[in-house]
This record gives sequence, structure tokens and C-alpha cells, in this order.
Amino acid sequence: LYAKGRVLGFKRAKRNQRPDISLVQIEGVKTAADTEFYLGKRVAFVYRAKREVNGSKIRCIWGRITRAHGGSGAVKARFRNNLPAKSFGASVRVMMYPS
Amino acid sequence: MVHKPRNSLLTAGVNKYSRSQVVAKRVLYKRKPAGAVAVCPAAANKTVEVKGAKNGGSRVIAAAKAPRFYAAEDVALPKKNRKHAGVAKLRSTIVPGTVLILLAGRYRGKRVVFLKQLESGLLLVSGPFKVNGVPLKRVNQAYVIATSTKVELDASKIDAQLNDAYFARPKAAKKAATEEAFFEGEKKKEPLAENKVALQKATDKVILEAVNKVEHLRQYLSAKFSLSKGQAPHALQF
Repeated sequence: LYAKGRVLGFKRAKRNQRPDISLVQIEGVKTAADTEFYLGKRVAFVYRAKREVNGSKIRCIWGRITRAHGGSGAVKARFRNNLPAKSFGASVRVMMYPS
Repeated sequence: MVHKPRNSLLTAGVNKYSRSQVVAKRVLYKRKPAGAVAVCPAAANKTVEVKGAKNGGSRVIAAAKAPRFYAAEDVALPKKNRKHAGVAKLRSTIVPGTVLILLAGRYRGKRVVFLKQLESGLLLVSGPFKVNGVPLKRVNQAYVIATSTKVELDASKIDAQLNDAYFARPKAAKKAATEEAFFEGEKKKEPLAENKVALQKATDKVILEAVNKVEHLRQYLSAKFSLSKGQAPHALQF
């Protein structure tokens, strides 16, 4: 019940990067016009950790898709806490809500 | 009393309504003077007899007790919040009888029949229970996708009992429960009240009648929604 996406990196210029906004590529989305459906949708970066928190070793960082990035379907997302740089290339879940 | 302004400025020095027109807007002839409201008798101070020769005979006890504790410095009170979120507007694609896909929660992926929108803005929804295990339930519009499939439902047949108060959690006796619950640990789950079970069956009966008329609709409702490889939500026609 979610679309798969990949974290491409932080918002950046050639030599400076802004870690508060991450770029995400959603599977199957190839043009900026297609991204309109996903704007505002919630995104979850799910990862595993060694230490158990609240009974689970799986943790999640929530965020939302804010706007399109470029003309080929990439998208900018803002997370509650900035994504760790370790997440570049990792999968991200793009939920279908808020619908 | 603050309300929307009765007058407005057209240009400098020129108001939209004249003095007499503004007074007429106050509609005084319709309003009753405040003094007509009955005033409940204020609690009076008590006078109590005190024994002992040197104690002055009687004491006056104030009706309202003075507080025991005064803060050393003035404590700032937070401003009262006057903002209320309005009731969410129902999407035009959602009509009584529409099949909805639940996106989150315990029943995510289930296809469910929409019954009506409640006063809080939440959508009342039912599986029907026999078909896919979803009971009468409230759901937020944002966590739902409306499909174009519709079940022929007469909105008036939905029981008027089903409103937000019906779904309110029963207030357990708090005082007695806390100590026992602390030591016992596990909470016992109570079976659903009989009248609620009956209401579920009655509501579902109406829905099932309509569902069984359409070929494959029952199987459609019992099947879960999922995305398969290559399917992208933005390209799907719901």
C-alpha cells in the first residue's frame, strides 16, 4: 500500500548541500506532471538499528513530499528529522495518504 | 462584545452606513435588556458564634475561601485558543454506497462500503462484516481512496443511532480501576455490547442485499487492494 522510492541525496548545488530537504525518486514516475499525485503524501524512511526502542529494532523517519524536482519525476521531501547521509540510495516508502 | 464591524469605510471620511443606519443594525428592539435575566442568589457570608470571652463573640466566614497559596511572581496564563478546525468537506466522488479503499490502520487495503458522513467529519463505513471483517467504523477521509464502484444504498435506511456518540469510549470507573489494574497488569477485553452486534447485522443486511445483486461485487469487497509490480498509484484509475 505504498509506492517505492529511492533517496537520491540532499538538495544541493554543485558544491554546497542543504540537508533539510532530500530528493526522492519514485518508481514509475517519469515526468514532473506525474508527480502531482504525490505532492503532500507522507513518506517513510524505514531502517533497522541494533538497540531496541519501544519493543522494536525497526525505526522510521516520517516526512512529506513537498514539490517536484526538475522535469523527470524526482521529488523533494522534507522529513521530521533530516535523513542521515547513510540513506542515499536506500528505499523509501511513499504512502498513498493523505489522499 | 466583539463581532464583525457594523460599518465600513468607503473613502477617507465617508462611511458606508450613516449613524442612524448603524444604530438600526444593532436591532435593539429585538434584544431583551440584560437586567431581565434572573440572578441566582449569591452565596452569602456566614456569621458563626465563637466561644471564649476574649474572642469577640462571632466570626464572619467568607462564602468564597481565599486561596492558600499565592505565587511569588505573577504567573502568565496562556491565551485561550479560539481556533477550531472545520468539518472536512466530503469529496464529490464519495457518495453513500461508494466502495472505498482503506489506506492505513488495522484494515489497510480492505475495500469497504461508505455509509454516511458523521457530524465530526469522519466517514461511517462498514465491511460489511461478514464479507471482509470490517465492522461499523469511523474513518478519516484523508486515509481513504474512493473508487468508482458504487453499491446501491438508500441513505435513509442507515440507522439514525449511528453517530459520533455511538462510538464514544465507555468511561470506566477510574478510581477503583487504577490500583487493581496496576497489579493485575492485563486488561480484560469485553465482548461487544449486544445492541451493537444487532445494529451491525441490521445495517449489513441492507448493504448485502444490494451487494448480492451485482455480479462479483461480494468477491470484490472481500479481496484486498494492493499494488503489484509495475503499478504506480498516479497512473491508476480508481
